[in-house]
Amino acid sequence: MLRKLLEHLKPTTPGTFPGGMYPPEHKITATSPISQCPLPPVLILPLKQHIGETCTPLVDVGDSVLLGQKIAKSQGYVSASIHASSSGKVVKIEEHPIPHPSGMGRPCIFIEPDGKDTPDESLEPMPDYRNTEPSTIRERIRICGIVGLGGAVFPSFIKMVRDQRNPIDTVILNGIECEPYLTNDHRLMLEKSEEILRGMDIIMHAVNAKHGIIAIEDNKLDAVEGIRKALTEMHGIDTCNIEVRVLPTRYPQGSEKQLIYALTGREIPAGRLPLHIGLLCQNVGTANAVHNAVCLGRSLTERIITVSGDAVPQPGNVCARIGTPVPFLFARHGLHDMDDVHVIHGGPMMGERLSKLDVPVVKSTNGLLAMKRDTFYSEQAVEEPCIRCGHCVEVCPSGLVPNELAWHCRNDQFDRGQEYDLFDCIECGCCSYVCPSHIPLVHYFRYAKGQVAKIEKEQEFARISKIRSGARDNRLAREQAERAARRSRAKQQHKAASADKAETAGKSETKPAAKETQNTNENNEEEST
Amino acid sequence: MNNSGLISSPHAHGGDTIRANMLSVMLALAPATVVSVYLFGWMAVFLIVLCMAGCMLTEMACLKLMDRPPSALGDGSAALTGLFLALTLPAYVPWWIPLIGCITAIILSKQVYGGLGHNPFNPALAARVVLLISFPLNMTAWIIPMHAGAPLVNLYDFAQCWHLFWLGPESLHQGLDAITMASPLGHVKTEWSRGIGVLEALREYDYSYLDAFLGRESGSLGETSTLALLLGGVYLLARHTIAWHIPVSFIATVSVLALIFNQINPEHFAPPLFHLLAGGLMLGAFFMATDPVTSPVTPHGQLVFGIGCGILTWSIRSFGGYPEGVMFSILLMNCAVPLIDHYLRPRVYGK
Repeated sequence: MLRKLLEHLKPTTPGTFPGGMYPPEHKITATSPISQCPLPPVLILPLKQHIGETCTPLVDVGDSVLLGQKIAKSQGYVSASIHASSSGKVVKIEEHPIPHPSGMGRPCIFIEPDGKDTPDESLEPMPDYRNTEPSTIRERIRICGIVGLGGAVFPSFIKMVRDQRNPIDTVILNGIECEPYLTNDHRLMLEKSEEILRGMDIIMHAVNAKHGIIAIEDNKLDAVEGIRKALTEMHGIDTCNIEVRVLPTRYPQGSEKQLIYALTGREIPAGRLPLHIGLLCQNVGTANAVHNAVCLGRSLTERIITVSGDAVPQPGNVCARIGTPVPFLFARHGLHDMDDVHVIHGGPMMGERLSKLDVPVVKSTNGLLAMKRDTFYSEQAVEEPCIRCGHCVEVCPSGLVPNELAWHCRNDQFDRGQEYDLFDCIECGCCSYVCPSHIPLVHYFRYAKGQVAKIEKEQEFARISKIRSGARDNRLAREQAERAARRSRAKQQHKAASADKAETAGKSETKPAAKETQNTNENNEEEST
Repeated sequence: MNNSGLISSPHAHGGDTIRANMLSVMLALAPATVVSVYLFGWMAVFLIVLCMAGCMLTEMACLKLMDRPPSALGDGSAALTGLFLALTLPAYVPWWIPLIGCITAIILSKQVYGGLGHNPFNPALAARVVLLISFPLNMTAWIIPMHAGAPLVNLYDFAQCWHLFWLGPESLHQGLDAITMASPLGHVKTEWSRGIGVLEALREYDYSYLDAFLGRESGSLGETSTLALLLGGVYLLARHTIAWHIPVSFIATVSVLALIFNQINPEHFAPPLFHLLAGGLMLGAFFMATDPVTSPVTPHGQLVFGIGCGILTWSIRSFGGYPEGVMFSILLMNCAVPLIDHYLRPRVYGK
């Protein structure tokens, strides 16, 4: 009774978050249904597509693989396996550029598809997941290589650890998609509502959560309707615990921290994870992948991508296999000449601009935007002095003072930068977006973060080197002392032997020698400690 | 620095520029400028043109000396400083005074610190303080505006104004005193020093709140019309060039203090409405104190800044030697900005 009353008195949740802004949406592909991308002539599968350790290949050149077969196994805990996205033959394993601003290469497995798509049926579908042990489901999610498909690509099973001290109470499904241009989650929610809900139910069962929230922004009301309709028609899941929440459109609401604040009014303490406050946040795409893994026994081998941008003649949403070369995908949307475009991997606010275009689609590819070079923002931007207008402070969702922070970062004052909470920056890009002086603030923050990481690594290296060289000095000293001891012992024996031979002197002569050996032993001990 | 090689996100921009901000402030000052021309005729035009040209030329010379690209002039900050300076000056001052003001504003209070974005004090206000302290007589002689009775000089007559502007009142066979009058604030201050209360002084002056609101009173070029300044201020707020924190806290503080002390002693302390409509409060609160470079960046800091300006303004007006305190209060609070910014940072998410 009292609890009910208290619940009534509880202030309503904020529904939004501090800071943020409203960039033009450009969601031109919102009405184009997801099309299936045909099989490319070659599939390029990087061995690292997630946060964490690189995988080790399980196949060799010349091996035949099946669709969904595990071809690289995860290394360490924070890692996710890679699966073949079609059946065919492994043609080579070598370094190839991956989607990264630097254009750097990573080892990749090249598969030449045979066109048959013969599936690997080693994984049993588990349609009756409700009666399956949660740990089995977690294991299934792990072996299917599922990572967060919103862009962070954090291995999903790790977020679903059951911790007795922090039981997860609510699962939040992130259907916000606040980045301009991107509509892949939107289309997925419209076309795969049931799968998403099923995936959510699986996640809720796996972590034993009682409540579920699906968060969608009010610029996707058709998706809200679709999900609500699917909720009423679903069978076999407890739909009354799942709630669809419509939030006002605002960037960066799709960021986990901001979304949780908007939904619950609670903040994740700095340096902690949502699970520490009893929450689990997953992207809708991840929920769909979980459904495929558990109910259909399919590994993560394809994903939905928004192909858009002002240089793409036929923008659209496409379901493409992981490993599909980016130029192949663009060619399917009518863009053949890539000379005069800049390609962004992800959305315009947080995505990376690719310096090499011959890269494959990876698990984190939620969007591929081709922008005309001559109208591209950074081609025209000229940095001017900061006029301290404070707009960056207003829009920062993390409560930072970006202009001050940028001063410190630009001048390599990383200690001061950390005092100004450098590592609480989520790199959403709001500050750079509103800056009238066109200062690339986020760029400076990334630079500083990288430098701090480098310095810490060097310091760690120096620390280890110091320990090592200290150990070496000790060892050398000990060895020297041991040698000295041996020598003196030998001398003593020699002396004793000669004394025995002579049988002239008595104990008075051997005494100082014994004392000497004792001394060296003592020295020895001191050094070795 | 050109960012074209930069491949870091975000790859989009809201389109805001320094130039657009400066132009929007100039646009917001348009009503006040029009009122100044209506009141002071050609004198206002000459002064504004002289100040803007002076500031821009000085800026250009500085840029050349420092080997910086002259395109930096295009950000509009020097032109805006010139306009600000002109609007804070009395309608008649010998022509070399505004010129000294321009040079002071651009060189001494802006470029020596490193140019735009690095100056601790509002350049126009700093220059005005230098002028006020150096030339107190000229800087407090308020010319009688056109509408106030029959002025001895027709300010709408180009030839007369041209003479007055370059050669001084003597060229028109007038004394400076004959063509000038006291501003309401100055009048109240003088009378109080003679032992006459505020209410009595205002009655003598024939003070009308409506005239003060519309701007039919004497004073600096741009500060007379509260209505015109409010229009500009609302435009700036609507366009999001400035935040509400500074103007609201500044004006509210002055009003509250004036209200309290007016209730205690109405003879000494002027009523709140008088404070709001008189002098440069509106110009200061909406345009000067909100200068982004010299005001705090955080919302909390801006509130503290505005409250500080308000307390200082009211104190100087009520107890100080000068009749008007807006300019001094803003400059004093400018000094405190680094401190305010250091201590009043927003709360970081999750900390």
